[in-house]
Amino acid sequence: MNKGNVLILGARSDIAKAIAHKFAADGYSIQLAVRGMSDMESYVSDLALRHRVSVTTHEFDVLAIDRHLSFVEGLEELPVVAVCAVGLMGNQSESEENVASAIQVMRSNFEGPASIFSHLANCFEVRGSGTLVGISSVAGIRGRASNYVYGSAKAGFSAFLSGLRNRLSTKGVHVITVLPGFVNTKMTEALSLPPALTAEPVEVADAVFKATVRKKNVVYVRSIWQLIMLIISTIPEQIFKKLKI
Amino acid sequence: MKLSGWGRYPTHNVRESAPRSIEQLQEFVAAGSAVARGNGRSYGDSAVSAFNTISTRHFNKMISFDTQTGTLVAEAGVLLGDVISSFLPLGFFPYVTPGTKYVTLGGMLAADVHGKNHHLEGSMYNYVDWFEIIDASSKMIRCSRKENSELFSWTIGGMGLTGIIVRVAIRLRPIESAWIAQTTVPVKNLNEAIDAFENNLSSTYSVAWIDCLSSGGSLGRSIVMLGEHAHESVLDDVQKKTLFKHVDRAKWTLPVALPRCLLNRVTVKVFNAMYFRYGQKTKGTRLVSWDSFFYPLDALLGWNKIYGRRGFLQFQCVIPLEKSSEGLHELVTEISSTGGGSFLAVLKRLGESAGGISFPMSGYTLALDFPVNGRNMKLMDRLEQITLQYGGRFYLAKDARMSKSTFRSSDSRVTDFISMRENSGMNQNFESMQSTRLGL
Repeated sequence: MNKGNVLILGARSDIAKAIAHKFAADGYSIQLAVRGMSDMESYVSDLALRHRVSVTTHEFDVLAIDRHLSFVEGLEELPVVAVCAVGLMGNQSESEENVASAIQVMRSNFEGPASIFSHLANCFEVRGSGTLVGISSVAGIRGRASNYVYGSAKAGFSAFLSGLRNRLSTKGVHVITVLPGFVNTKMTEALSLPPALTAEPVEVADAVFKATVRKKNVVYVRSIWQLIMLIISTIPEQIFKKLKI
Repeated sequence: MKLSGWGRYPTHNVRESAPRSIEQLQEFVAAGSAVARGNGRSYGDSAVSAFNTISTRHFNKMISFDTQTGTLVAEAGVLLGDVISSFLPLGFFPYVTPGTKYVTLGGMLAADVHGKNHHLEGSMYNYVDWFEIIDASSKMIRCSRKENSELFSWTIGGMGLTGIIVRVAIRLRPIESAWIAQTTVPVKNLNEAIDAFENNLSSTYSVAWIDCLSSGGSLGRSIVMLGEHAHESVLDDVQKKTLFKHVDRAKWTLPVALPRCLLNRVTVKVFNAMYFRYGQKTKGTRLVSWDSFFYPLDALLGWNKIYGRRGFLQFQCVIPLEKSSEGLHELVTEISSTGGGSFLAVLKRLGESAGGISFPMSGYTLALDFPVNGRNMKLMDRLEQITLQYGGRFYLAKDARMSKSTFRSSDSRVTDFISMRENSGMNQNFESMQSTRLGL
């Protein structure tokens, strides 16, 4: 049974891999979009063997925005679900000293994802169906000294997704914003994260899958994060600006 | 982080790394004293190194499957349960499976696991075509019966002490259906149990649950279970529709360790009596699902917490065939008279030996578990002495406490294993808490 394609942008991340397995297990074909094809062989064979679905790979660079339109047009089949799992955490102190690297973080987390989603959204709108899933971050809810460059880009992406959802709500196209909180991935491997607040990539994948089926709008993976962010966003700026969080 | 085996004893505070590429893995091995850790299902301290425990969790991809030969090539961290869910729908099942599907392929090779068909079809060793391993010089090499054959033989059953297995090629069995025709034979005592095994050597699968608390004339009363992959012709219409269906059974999770007082001589006696009566009631042949036949305990996730916070010990020995009856009688008598709560005692006929230091040999194996306490430690000392007296040996995948001298006197192959490790430099690069304890 072919349920159509799920396109995963930035497919090499741990969250993306978990999402690919989740949809493949349900019978979707998988389109993996990554920059460079090294180590993709075992990833593809593993998905195909475990779930007996078709898996294709597609060269994709989130920063090469002038090629995004031709990327979408080049897909043999337009996906029914597109997930953007592209993300670059960067290093806050490096971003402060070196503005170029800050720009890199902003472009990777906002400009690039927004660009590719713009093209996909237009195609989905013409077709009159489809789901766009953006993996954003709770870091985008309020800027903090410890990672505001990353946070600001994610804030931009979240606002973009919210607007896109608003625009397409009457056009048969659904947009989901995912705010995962801490996740145990390669990106956070070096950090020591509190276990109660840290989700596994599979939990994110489960949440994304469920949100797609139930047409949810904004999804927190562990619900505790909704409470935490509610508290963080209600702290008056006068106090907030002096906090170290 | 705190690491232990499935028995939750002993627990060590060690650092675990989880490399993502072969290059990273090679770097970790070069640092020395390394041991691979799969899904942590060996019972004791086999997969814990004091200095350098290397998780294979990122080496979890399936590479290829040949439907003609049933050969699967996969990375060592792939779980057996995932192999089943991927290839059962195509009509394939593992040739050899231990009592849980939550083991990794690498771990299955390292322990040279055996299953209910060992008497007939042997251990994991027989179904490995080749594997790739990071050796003592941090190089990745391929081993098969033709290529690096000595390392091939020492590695399967070598408890991770010869290198880090990264990729394996194993053969799966084509089956006619996923249903198992199970025949239940309740027997009154140990002699009858042995007779039942010897009379059914042609059964593909055989295993017995044994009551180690009954005594006198019913010493070692057992429920012997025989099994065959059911032929399509014996299935009803519903079963035919689910020939190879992989159904996820309902699972229960034990969230916290149970209080220790829950398991005592009385409760275990009651459990055993109930189990025996259930066995008598279900006597005869019926069709059961593969999951409940092979993996009854997998239905209770975290069942290892049943023995309380201090964890539990497994004892598993094999007594050579010619002395099996005598040896088993003495072991069961000892357990029955001291009786420290083992409600999962298993008796099984084993066939011929395979790997260089593998556990199985032709004879009978007895496996049981005890909560950790001083009395049970002493009981295990005595069980070890009885085993040695009858020329038996011990399963390292279960061991958490044996002494160096006990292990050495149990197996004449140990000295060769030690000198092989010394000569190749493996003793510098690969080490587990278990190998240190046993002086390997």
